[in-house]
Amino acid sequence: MELRGEGSGGVGRAGKARRGRSREAGGQAARALLGIEREGRARARRRRLTASPQIESSAMNKRKLKESSGTDGECISQVQKMLRERLCHHRAMGKLFGIDQQYKHLLELLKQTTVCGESNSALIIGPRGSGKTALLNRVLKDLREMKQVKENLLEVHLNGLLQTNDKVALKEITRQLHLENVVGDKVFGSFAENLAFLLEALRKGNRTSSCPVLFVLDEFDLFVHHKNQTLLYNLFDISQSAQTPVTVIGLTCRQDILELLEKRVKSRFSHRRIYLMNSFAFKQYIRIFKEQLSLPAEFPDKAFAQKWNSNIQLLTEDKTVQDILQNLFHYSKDLRSLNFLLMLAVSNVTVRHPLITASDLQEASKQYRMDSKANIVHGLSVLEICLIIAMKHLNDVYEGEPFNFQMVYNEFQKFIQRKAHCMYNFEKPVVMKAFEHLLQLELVKPIERPSAYPNCPTDVKQWAASSLSWL
Amino acid sequence: MQKKKKRKGVGEDEACVTVSPSASVGDGRKPARRSAQTALAISKNCSFMCFCFSSGIMDTRQQSKIIYSWYGKPTNSDRKLRTLQYKGILIKSERSRKERCIQLGDFVLVEGENADQPFVAQLLDLYEDGAEQKHAVVQWFSHISEIPKNKQKLLKRRISSQEVFFDKVSGYDTDIAVETIIDSVLVIPLRLKDELPTRLKKEKIFCVKQSWDGKCFKALSPHTFSKLNEANRKEDGIPNSFNSFVPSDIISSAKKETKKAGLSATKTKNVEMEIESKHSASKSSLSKKRHSLRVANGIKNPTARKKLELNSPTRSPKSKLLEQEDIWALLDDDCDSQLLKPTAIKRKVKFTEVLSSPPKITCANDKLKSVFGTAEDQEVLSGTLRLSPYRKLEDSNEKVKSLNMEVDAIVLTGHKELGSQSPAVTPRSRRTCTQETSTRIAEQISLLNMLESKEEEDFLSSSDGSYSSSSEEEDSDVSCTPEKKTKPSRMFSTPKSSRKPSVHTPAKTPKKTPLPGTPRTPRNATPEIPRRSHAAQKPTSVLEEARLRLHVSAVPESLPCREEEFQDIYNFVESKLIDGTGGCMYISGVPGTGKTATVHEVIRCLQRATEDDDLPSFQFIEINGMKLTDPHQAYVQILELLTGQKVTATHAAVLLANLFCTPGPKRKTTVLVVDELDLLWTRKQNVMYNLFDWPTQKHSKLIILAIANTMDLPERIMMNRVSSRLGLTRMSFQPYTYKQLQQIISSRLNSVKAFEEDAIQLVSRKVAALSGDARRCLDICRRAAEICEFSSQKSADEIVRMTHITQAIDEMFSSPYIQAIRNASLHEQIFFKAILAEFRRVGVEEATVQQVYRQHIALCRMEGMQSPTVSDILAICARLGACRLLLLESSSKYLHMRVRLNISQDDVMYALKDD
Repeated sequence: MELRGEGSGGVGRAGKARRGRSREAGGQAARALLGIEREGRARARRRRLTASPQIESSAMNKRKLKESSGTDGECISQVQKMLRERLCHHRAMGKLFGIDQQYKHLLELLKQTTVCGESNSALIIGPRGSGKTALLNRVLKDLREMKQVKENLLEVHLNGLLQTNDKVALKEITRQLHLENVVGDKVFGSFAENLAFLLEALRKGNRTSSCPVLFVLDEFDLFVHHKNQTLLYNLFDISQSAQTPVTVIGLTCRQDILELLEKRVKSRFSHRRIYLMNSFAFKQYIRIFKEQLSLPAEFPDKAFAQKWNSNIQLLTEDKTVQDILQNLFHYSKDLRSLNFLLMLAVSNVTVRHPLITASDLQEASKQYRMDSKANIVHGLSVLEICLIIAMKHLNDVYEGEPFNFQMVYNEFQKFIQRKAHCMYNFEKPVVMKAFEHLLQLELVKPIERPSAYPNCPTDVKQWAASSLSWL
Repeated sequence: MQKKKKRKGVGEDEACVTVSPSASVGDGRKPARRSAQTALAISKNCSFMCFCFSSGIMDTRQQSKIIYSWYGKPTNSDRKLRTLQYKGILIKSERSRKERCIQLGDFVLVEGENADQPFVAQLLDLYEDGAEQKHAVVQWFSHISEIPKNKQKLLKRRISSQEVFFDKVSGYDTDIAVETIIDSVLVIPLRLKDELPTRLKKEKIFCVKQSWDGKCFKALSPHTFSKLNEANRKEDGIPNSFNSFVPSDIISSAKKETKKAGLSATKTKNVEMEIESKHSASKSSLSKKRHSLRVANGIKNPTARKKLELNSPTRSPKSKLLEQEDIWALLDDDCDSQLLKPTAIKRKVKFTEVLSSPPKITCANDKLKSVFGTAEDQEVLSGTLRLSPYRKLEDSNEKVKSLNMEVDAIVLTGHKELGSQSPAVTPRSRRTCTQETSTRIAEQISLLNMLESKEEEDFLSSSDGSYSSSSEEEDSDVSCTPEKKTKPSRMFSTPKSSRKPSVHTPAKTPKKTPLPGTPRTPRNATPEIPRRSHAAQKPTSVLEEARLRLHVSAVPESLPCREEEFQDIYNFVESKLIDGTGGCMYISGVPGTGKTATVHEVIRCLQRATEDDDLPSFQFIEINGMKLTDPHQAYVQILELLTGQKVTATHAAVLLANLFCTPGPKRKTTVLVVDELDLLWTRKQNVMYNLFDWPTQKHSKLIILAIANTMDLPERIMMNRVSSRLGLTRMSFQPYTYKQLQQIISSRLNSVKAFEEDAIQLVSRKVAALSGDARRCLDICRRAAEICEFSSQKSADEIVRMTHITQAIDEMFSSPYIQAIRNASLHEQIFFKAILAEFRRVGVEEATVQQVYRQHIALCRMEGMQSPTVSDILAICARLGACRLLLLESSSKYLHMRVRLNISQDDVMYALKDD
């Protein structure tokens, strides 16, 4: 139990672990113990924990409880399953909120492609978590249900994070289209051959007789950085010429995406943009909250469903709940963060605690919006706190100038000698150790010394500093 | 003695022309040659067998060099032009030392662009110019594949692959380099109704029935017909030319022989050139026949037959005879069709006449006779002939008699003699059983031929003339080697078969063809997208129809508003086509101004013109820089489109340079459209250089239309030497004006009444003001039609109005930033405000998160809101950064990360103020 508490104590805002019965006092004690740990390590430990037999035993306990509480337990597990699916998975069945316009537009667009063989291109643009993929998946699902469309559409899904260059992307396209140079799962031929082959294949087709192809480019902005934008040019060019009907749908969160397109590519792009903006007010937000938590009418246990739903209705009218939601809404409007919060809250539901309460939500919100750095500081030892305070004073004195360990140590010594009455005077190596720990926690960062390699060319330096984020 | 002189003359004239890098010749040949000179025919072959095997293997690694030298002294010289004319050319392969002589009037195969498709031509003139370049003037014959598809229909009959057409197309260059001549062939003129004998099919023989002048087919005029016939007759003179290499002692004996042969007509081969030319066709009919047999049968030469015997000792003489018979059966039609066009009976006569001696004997006969031509040989002949069955002697005699009516008296007597001496008329009745084994035999033969073709080359490398001229003559049919130098891997097939794989030689089929039953390899994969299972819906409403017409991909009936540009490009290409020269044109213009469309329209019109015979036909190729993975791939694509070959980039460059820089015979003009030229830029610019250099070559016949976006591209990115080659023929496509755009839309909509006039004008004005991009214009219209359709689902027959257009324009051109900021969460908006405040405070358009955070907290306090934590702020920052509303440094800097706005402060203020 203690270990489990430790784990949840270390969990940052990402804590997804079921905290069912771990909210006992142990957690509090363990947090102090474990706060020292780095976040990453804590996470690793949590992972280990979930695999450990402790969980199994708790699961067994739950099962026992379930048996005792009979159908109630059954209901709870069903509710959890259903809600978790709704909140975590980007399943197509998920409801779409406030984007009916966009839905219709996209559906119409794809219908034209499949039914009439009209080529098109469009971009779905919206901030992260605004439901771009959900929208597309939903549209595709609805499309596939139409008989005329189902057999008439070839889909190619690409992701900018996976297909990092045109060569890989081409192979993937060829593979997904099952063209004839694919044997098994392997694509034969060089890059140039593949390109020529694919272009030839698409050129041969025509509007009325060829099967339309839908290209979905997730993380569209990453394709823009491919050399010469060859892939985009060709896809858009096909969509603008009398070849195989093709629809190119790009998904991106960058608002400046059009500026990234090369002028020829841009000219070939149809400039159809579907924006997802989270453009709802707080009232709608509350309604979304309610709908996400409500149980559907087809829930097997009607009585429980009714009870649950009325509880949700009560929650939406609750002042604290509204405050929590308002806070979150002010912080971020995307639905993914709401789902996350609800996920944490729903995880608290057990047989003993069958309905979500405002306090559950509050707890979840606290967890969700926990300040990670402050959290780390909470777990520091007194000596480490002292050092941090010393550093803060130094920072104030020298106006943000860098300092070294000796300066910090001197500052600490000054404090010990002048003001401290109950503070034990630590040996220098012990202080050094504490300092190193702070370094490890990245509460203190060594400054980058530019003189370490004075003649380093700028581009090399930039390269060294770069990560994926330079894209 | 004249012969000797001639030979000297050749030696003097011999200016070697190296065609391919020379390779060392196997050393082991000389002793073998000696033995070849002395040994008897059959024993020779025996001794050669083993030798040739080893050398054959060696040869596979060697590349041969071919030497072209003049035959005889210059017959004519032109001082002004400094040309010397000759009447023949000797083609000598360095490796095999065998020589062929091709004379004026002969038919030859000329290297084409595609190694597998040589051209057929007749030599009209041979001369050497001042620069010591050897030239030939030819009369072309067109193969069916060279005739445009649409014209092939005019023929209204099936054309066999062996039929060629007397070419009267004016555009072709008849002056070719001698080095491109591969081999001599036979072209038989036929009357239109005559059919090419089926037996002839597999042979390297062509027939000509009609002439082709680029527009229509005509029957051969009697004049050309007779001329061609004459040329054919003259061809029989070829063997004589080889005699010039016969050592004098043999010649002297041969000369004696000629006097004897004067009567017996079977020994025309040793007759001198001069005498030969005087020979009437009838006189030399037999030799002609024999020669044509070999020409027709190139592969199945005497040695081949001998080999067959030697290699299959287990076979009974009967089976041997069967084989021979089969071969001869194949042959007889050949000789028939070529020499006589008479009735079937006459053919039979000829058949028996030639067939009367078993082939094996004939070969030996030929060789020995032609060299020595002595009575002893005749004895040998008659001796061997006794082996053959004596059944149809009377029959043959009868036929010979019937022949006599037609043929010259001398020939008659000769044949009578021969007929009586050689009773080897193989019975007809046996033919049926022969056919059963024929395929097996054919296989055997082809296998042997492969070996022999090499053997012979070595064997005949001793061709000082001491060996029989007849085998040499056969060799001349077989041993053309240009293929070998480029494709040494094909060594095992005879050159003939490698060029035209014949059906009856399975061993010779190219390796490439996949074995039946092997799993499908991606090599021969056809690029294809599956077909749709349901038919595409037809447009149901006016708006749908309009949308379809407005789609950029819809090909309009005409291209409005680019008439001038169209005319300019058309004139340029047309003039170059008519002149048969090359040239470059650079076309520039911003995207969506109709550059590519106009060029395609020009090409379409030109193609139509060629169909109507107003212009010489041309080949159209298009490459697009954006559709290449690498600039050098341009070569690969061009070559593949031109000839269908698939090679690597470097090799393709070499081949293309070869193609365009050397005087390519009979090549059509090529129109090459290079789209997105700027992407062909490389550091050395060699791709661009080559592209623009080729049209300047004299023989290239290459017209390049280069398309790019920027007007000053040549000056900006090209080196001087590249831009100077590109020349100054430039054209710039201006962005469309609103009137033009209006016209484009109207013309596309044509009669479909779906748009208000004002709506169209609004679109065109809007787009013209922005970019002048026709694509944009059409896209807006399409979107407007969609919006209209969408909004008016209840009331049908809605027309696209201004409101729809404005809506579509707003959708497409509105800046997303302001909308994005307005829809951001409250803290995000406060963060923007904090940034603005911080910028104002510092006076620099950049701040760290820390600074902004302070401002943010202050703002929150003012608004009485809960202030966010640092983690919250960083998350907000990251979100806005992902949308690129903010520009961020890498996030590893935590609070010291610097922040900038990606939009103007005014925009942000505007967006935030409205709240």
